[in-house]
Amino acid sequence: MPIAFPFSAIVSQEEMKQALLIAAVDANVGGVLVFGDRGTGKSTAIRGLAALLPEIDVTAGCPCNCDPRGDRTQCLESCRKRAAENSDAVARISVPVIDLPLGATEDRIVGALDLERALTRGEKAFEPGLLARANRGFLYIDEVNLLDDHLVDLLLDAAASGENVVEREGLSIRHPARFVLVGSGNPEEGELRPQLLDRFGLSVEIKTPQDIPTRVDVVRRRDAFERDPAGFVKQWAAQDKRLRDAIASARDRLPAIEVPEATLERAAELCVAVGTDGLRGELSLIRAARALACLQGGDAVGETHLKQVAPSALRHRLRRDPLDEAGSTVRIERVLAEVFTS
Amino acid sequence: MNDAGKPPKSDWDAAILAARIFAVDPCGTGICVRARPGPQRDEWLAMLRRLLNGQPCRKMPLGITDDRLLGGLDLSMTLAAGRPVAERGLLADTDGGALVIPSAERLAPGLAARISSVHDLGEVRLERDGLAQRLPARFGLILLDEGLPDEAPPSASLLDRTAMQVDLAQIRSGWDGESIPPDDIAAASARLRHVTASDDAIMAICQASLELGIASIRAALLAIKVARIAAALDGRGAVNEADLAIAGQLVLAWRATALPRESGEDEAPEQQSEDDASSDPPEDESQTPVPDELTEMVLDATRAALPPDLLALLATRRAAAGKARSFGQSGVKQRSLARGRRIGTMPGDPRGGGRLDLVATLRGAAPWQRIRSRNMADLPRSAERAGVLQIRASDFRMVRFVRQTETLTIFAVDASGSLALNRMAEAKGAVESLLAECYVRRDQVAMLVFGGKKSDLALPPTRSLVRAKRSLSGLPAGGGTPLASGIDAALGLAQAARGKGQTPLIVLLTDGRANIARDGRAGRQTARDDAIASARILRASGVKTLLIDTSPRPDPRAEELAGCMGAIYLALPYLNSGALSSAVKQARIP
Repeated sequence: MPIAFPFSAIVSQEEMKQALLIAAVDANVGGVLVFGDRGTGKSTAIRGLAALLPEIDVTAGCPCNCDPRGDRTQCLESCRKRAAENSDAVARISVPVIDLPLGATEDRIVGALDLERALTRGEKAFEPGLLARANRGFLYIDEVNLLDDHLVDLLLDAAASGENVVEREGLSIRHPARFVLVGSGNPEEGELRPQLLDRFGLSVEIKTPQDIPTRVDVVRRRDAFERDPAGFVKQWAAQDKRLRDAIASARDRLPAIEVPEATLERAAELCVAVGTDGLRGELSLIRAARALACLQGGDAVGETHLKQVAPSALRHRLRRDPLDEAGSTVRIERVLAEVFTS
Repeated sequence: MNDAGKPPKSDWDAAILAARIFAVDPCGTGICVRARPGPQRDEWLAMLRRLLNGQPCRKMPLGITDDRLLGGLDLSMTLAAGRPVAERGLLADTDGGALVIPSAERLAPGLAARISSVHDLGEVRLERDGLAQRLPARFGLILLDEGLPDEAPPSASLLDRTAMQVDLAQIRSGWDGESIPPDDIAAASARLRHVTASDDAIMAICQASLELGIASIRAALLAIKVARIAAALDGRGAVNEADLAIAGQLVLAWRATALPRESGEDEAPEQQSEDDASSDPPEDESQTPVPDELTEMVLDATRAALPPDLLALLATRRAAAGKARSFGQSGVKQRSLARGRRIGTMPGDPRGGGRLDLVATLRGAAPWQRIRSRNMADLPRSAERAGVLQIRASDFRMVRFVRQTETLTIFAVDASGSLALNRMAEAKGAVESLLAECYVRRDQVAMLVFGGKKSDLALPPTRSLVRAKRSLSGLPAGGGTPLASGIDAALGLAQAARGKGQTPLIVLLTDGRANIARDGRAGRQTARDDAIASARILRASGVKTLLIDTSPRPDPRAEELAGCMGAIYLALPYLNSGALSSAVKQARIP
């Protein structure tokens, strides 16, 4: 496994980093989409995030990373059986970040009949796919806009229901598949289907920085990393650790933090002003603001938190006006300015 | 010939230097080679192979499938062994060497994306055919671009990851065959890790790349990399001016999208003074784009390598890029149409001309292996067949496809004087609301305008609504009504769309008052007859048509025309946008 570039060494791109950290704190925020220019560190940031994620308890040997103290009645048969016998060990792993590479086939995503065992031993066994491995973790799709439509449908289905249902080759299996979907891509290579866009809780637009000091910083750090990856990671270990601790303590505080009525009203106002369809936008706005408040160490979710997350949470939910040439970022800022001055 | 310390003077020198730099670190660099197929290119590739000194150098066919590119199940081995046997893909086989992509300008976007994501990770993450593997794949890209002026450049995502460009097109004489000792390369790659680039050098590269209008940060990163390799080849431990000049020439020049401001100094790079790179640090770290001496030097070196007619070249290339993007897309669409969208598998017979899904077939056969081999064992002379997979006709699984049906809505707008007088604004409004509908359905739209004596394709088939709107607002109006040629042109476009597998829909906005005949002469009666004749041909072709009557009161002539072309007739005066869109929806139902 190649060494990943440390998350905290990524220069600027604050909105992207904030969105990823929020998703790391609260998985229910509903996924992150990072869309933008080439060479802006989209996939670097996501791969770097993996190193910041806290450890969780999993059932040893369970392909779905089941929580040993959680409800395991929905899991695979082998896991259920062991749960009933109370006979398994607990393992600790980092929250998994699973890559879904382009060119992956359906059988590897949802899982399928284990070919090796079927051919050599004649056993009908289920070989779990990427959705099982991503349970309780992150599923990352680079170039998500180039993914085949039928695979997108599979993902949407699993992401919406939180479980993966396999009905193929004489197998009839279901297992939990609750994951944070993280996608990245370049809009020049193709737009994203509206259904998929709607499923992401947060959406970030990312641009190449145009000022010299930032660019020099990017090049300098990247160059240092390429010359000596291990040394560079060590150099940034302290900063990364600080972030990791912040995420861990924010996750602990999350259930207790308060969302005052006034903030809820403000959020509703914002959504009305933006004209979002359904409640999904409002939910992810509140959840993201809550996670951010925890990250920043606040006691309650306030307007400042809403303001910080609103562009990411609502940008892709603006009613699409295909004839408006202004970008969605500009339009969302316009709405924000209106609501928060009133 | 250890001339890495000096910027190359001729194209050949540059090409040789680029090859040596590439050989030191294939994965971190990459070269785009602009040349027609010919002896120069072959010689250059042969030299590159020698420099790579045994590292793989593999050519990738353009139509490569995922199982060959990334890896998959090896059919013959799997059948022979009776258990799944993985096959390595081309990318994993090229680990440590060069991946040569011929005709890189014709690469499908999906393929380019797969290659770039493996290139970024340095490994193939295989999740296919029941196999999950990670295989190292650190390869360098050699993009062969034939560099035809009207072709698009190679895929932008691959070009962004390619450090250098060499141009062999201008070279007449061959390479003198002087050999380069490979230990030169090996020593340089051992030294590379310890070669450092000062902050000034990084600053100079960043400033120069901004001056040249290069947006991507990768360009600056790659330039620093190339400068470091050049220093390593020259046996030094730090990047100096000459290395930066080489980087400017090989990495920055071909990416330039703007001409740097002229400096007052002499521009020839040979006359640069041989100062130490770390002479005076720049005083101001602020954003002022005033380039310091070092930046100026990089810019000078780059300027010398800029093509003389950069701006003209940029314009044609950009135009070609726009054009070829749509070509490329239609190609992709066609290919996927020939096969359609995969929706699963079903039992079937491969002799029917369908495509066999190997993995599904094996999975279908797998549960029966024990029973079958037992049955086979009962038969005489079949003992030697034990261990061989037993596949029966009932195991065959065929891939099921659905055909992708994409609609092309062709707006044929009458922009004649009579319409201009009447209700051009309303007609535009109607088209706009239809455009928004098309956007929601992700249809393509095209726009034809007829007025005066002829019809024009104002907007070739596109999905870009902004472009459609722009061409609509700039619509000229005036002159006669060449209705017949308008209908003919719309039909021609519709048939071309059918050829590509799209479903065309024509929306004709006219008041039906034809007064220009097909041959361009004025005359109401002939114009009318021609229009009716064209309408009948349109009806015979079976293309769905919608006629929107734009005259102030519903005009019987327009209605009659609609009848002749078998079109749905709508009169604009009674039309609101809701009725319009539901009419289009109705017309789309096959």
